[in-house]
Amino acid sequence: MTTINQYSGHTLNHHILSVLVQNRPGVLARVAGLFARRGYNIFSLAVAPAEDEGMSRITIVVDVESTPLEQITKQLFKLIDVVKISELDPRRSVERELLIGTVKASDESRSHVVELVNIFEGKIIAVAESALTVSLEGHPDKLDDFEDLISGYGIVELQRTGRVALPKLDRNARLRALSSSPTPNTGKAG
Amino acid sequence: MTAANSGPITGAEALIRSLEHEQVELIFGYPGGCILPAYDPLVDSPIRHILVRHEQGAGHMAEGYAHVTGRPGVAMVTSGPAATNLVTPLMDAYMDSIPMVGITGQVPTAAIGSDAFQECDTVGITRSCTKHNELVMSPDDISMAIRQAFHIARTGRPGPTLVDVPKDVLQATTNWYWPSDEELFSSLPGYRPNVKGHPRMIKQAAQMILEAERPVIYAGGGILKARAAEALRELAELTDIHVVTTLMARGAFPDDHPLCIGMPGMHGNATAVSAMQHSDLLIALGSRFDDRITGKVDSFAPEAKVIHVDIDPAEQGKVRRPDVPIVGDAKYVIEEIVSAIRQLQSGGTVQADTADWKSTLSGWREKFPIVYDQSEPGQALKPQYCIEQLNERLAPGAIVASGVGQHQMYASQLIDFTEPYTWVNSGGLGTMGFSIPAAIGAKAAHPDKDVWAIDGDGCFQMTGQELVTATLDDLPIKVALINNAYLGMVRQWQEMFYDEKYSEVFLNGSVPDFVMWAESMGAVGIRVESPEEVGPAIEKANAITDRSVVIEFRCDPSEKVFPMVPAGVSNDELILHPQHAGDAHHLRRPENR
Repeated sequence: MTTINQYSGHTLNHHILSVLVQNRPGVLARVAGLFARRGYNIFSLAVAPAEDEGMSRITIVVDVESTPLEQITKQLFKLIDVVKISELDPRRSVERELLIGTVKASDESRSHVVELVNIFEGKIIAVAESALTVSLEGHPDKLDDFEDLISGYGIVELQRTGRVALPKLDRNARLRALSSSPTPNTGKAG
Repeated sequence: MTAANSGPITGAEALIRSLEHEQVELIFGYPGGCILPAYDPLVDSPIRHILVRHEQGAGHMAEGYAHVTGRPGVAMVTSGPAATNLVTPLMDAYMDSIPMVGITGQVPTAAIGSDAFQECDTVGITRSCTKHNELVMSPDDISMAIRQAFHIARTGRPGPTLVDVPKDVLQATTNWYWPSDEELFSSLPGYRPNVKGHPRMIKQAAQMILEAERPVIYAGGGILKARAAEALRELAELTDIHVVTTLMARGAFPDDHPLCIGMPGMHGNATAVSAMQHSDLLIALGSRFDDRITGKVDSFAPEAKVIHVDIDPAEQGKVRRPDVPIVGDAKYVIEEIVSAIRQLQSGGTVQADTADWKSTLSGWREKFPIVYDQSEPGQALKPQYCIEQLNERLAPGAIVASGVGQHQMYASQLIDFTEPYTWVNSGGLGTMGFSIPAAIGAKAAHPDKDVWAIDGDGCFQMTGQELVTATLDDLPIKVALINNAYLGMVRQWQEMFYDEKYSEVFLNGSVPDFVMWAESMGAVGIRVESPEEVGPAIEKANAITDRSVVIEFRCDPSEKVFPMVPAGVSNDELILHPQHAGDAHHLRRPENR
């Protein structure tokens, strides 16, 4: 699998693609089908309507082990419904993800679990006699850490949304529109 | 045009009227339950419908039509099994970048998803074998869906599109409108094919072309798609650079031109294969570094820099990283390169000396023509001989279609293609059974031209029933059926790579009786078994213009296609015909250049 880069906190070989698509029936199947057909790996995927009417934004975290990202984006861009693809540099973008999980919480462990949730600024959203359902929002790395620590208490069920990302509102933020790179003048073709 | 452009009309009428607006003259199709409503207004339309005998035939005919005209071929069939029968031609067209529009009926909208009779998920099934597809859910959307389908099929890198229309959408009424160009473009915000190449890259390419000492133009099917044959000729003649034409580009540069060195690849001629291997500059124009061309990629043209002109950015660097990538239309870009070269030359740049290279190439051409052993008296016919004889007797402008296998390779090696759009074949997908329907489609496009299908006995049995269509729709074709009683190419691989262990490749050769087959379908059948009958049989076929003709050539099954680069092997390891085996050292690359 993948290795964790301790210095930047980001998983190596992971790239974030923000894909603006026309919100039409089957568009997600087209994108997912392309990945399957060409043997590319999706690490996570989140999709929802975008700010423009009729458009959706798909945030795909791509696991790039052997396929160059360039080929993936070029093939994606050939889909007629794909309007724009941006690769987000993790250092220059904000990323968020939501986690909800049900954790075992016995009389002895309950206070530890609650403490951990509080440290991570999560919330308890449901309580049962021997378990808690918690929610946590934040950077995917933070969610990874929480998941690691909480797993010792026994995870019953856990669901993450997959990350969403946008470019950082920094003066130096760089939104790399792949329609005009990496080779000069690689315009849209069919 | 049907009716006046006012008042409510049915979705079916909107569909047919949209096709008329797209200047469709021919539909290849087969009616059935869900597409029935569309067949009603078709009767009153000037569009000619060719009734096929299998939906796959409709698809390949549409492809054949598109191959020779450049215009999208149209295949219209019903839902379910008809739609799935169209899958092979769609994939074939996708692989070879053939513009084609498929129209399929679908079960009524309320029944979609209920496993209704003759229901299948057509857009789901065809998603990965079309450039784009669409399920139309309202009669108001039909005209736009058709406009988009044709626009997408013929622009950029051409390809197949499909419009799936439920039966109730065809039956419901709508107010007719035809979308304007602006409406079309704004409906496709993510589709803007890039036509013009980058000026800096074009200049750089021109410079590299003039500096190269061993340049080769590697012309692919994109030359034909872009109508760039003239531009290619200008570039080649201006720079005196030799041209290889891939299987998809046969005819894009005339075989009788002194700079033409023919087909490279797995069964390419030794000069074309070796020219690329030795080259220091490959000028790839509308070609995609297919595995059948490159052999083992790591050792393909190891000393060559690469200029890659392709309208599809995803082809740049997919197989071989180009030194100069140019995304654009081949015709436009080649013309720009030509003028950039002229500009450099008028500025005093002198082209590198290529005299040694040219003499190397002409030496190879002399030493390594395509050869085969002639049959001894009493021996079975040689397939190559039959095709050579056909080549000598082809009428001017004749179109040649082929199936897939040995006969296809012999045809591409031995037919002299002197004009573009005279060669119709299935390159990327390798679809057996392509030739008969594709030839019929080509004949429908050009009724005035002779259309020959060079076919094998295996291929013919897959789609040969379309001869009925040829007879009944008055589209007479001529078939050179190379009957060697085997799946010849598979047999060749079993002989060479599986210790002559022949497994399931014998097709009998006498059953079916191909002459009776032809006669039963209204065609003339001729059986040829000896060399002296070959020429007269072809002449007889040429003289018959009112019916299709099938000449069955009973051929030697042991004949093999040479040269050959086995799959996954370096082009340096080209296997020559035994007659040339002793001369292989002439093709070796110098250790230290």
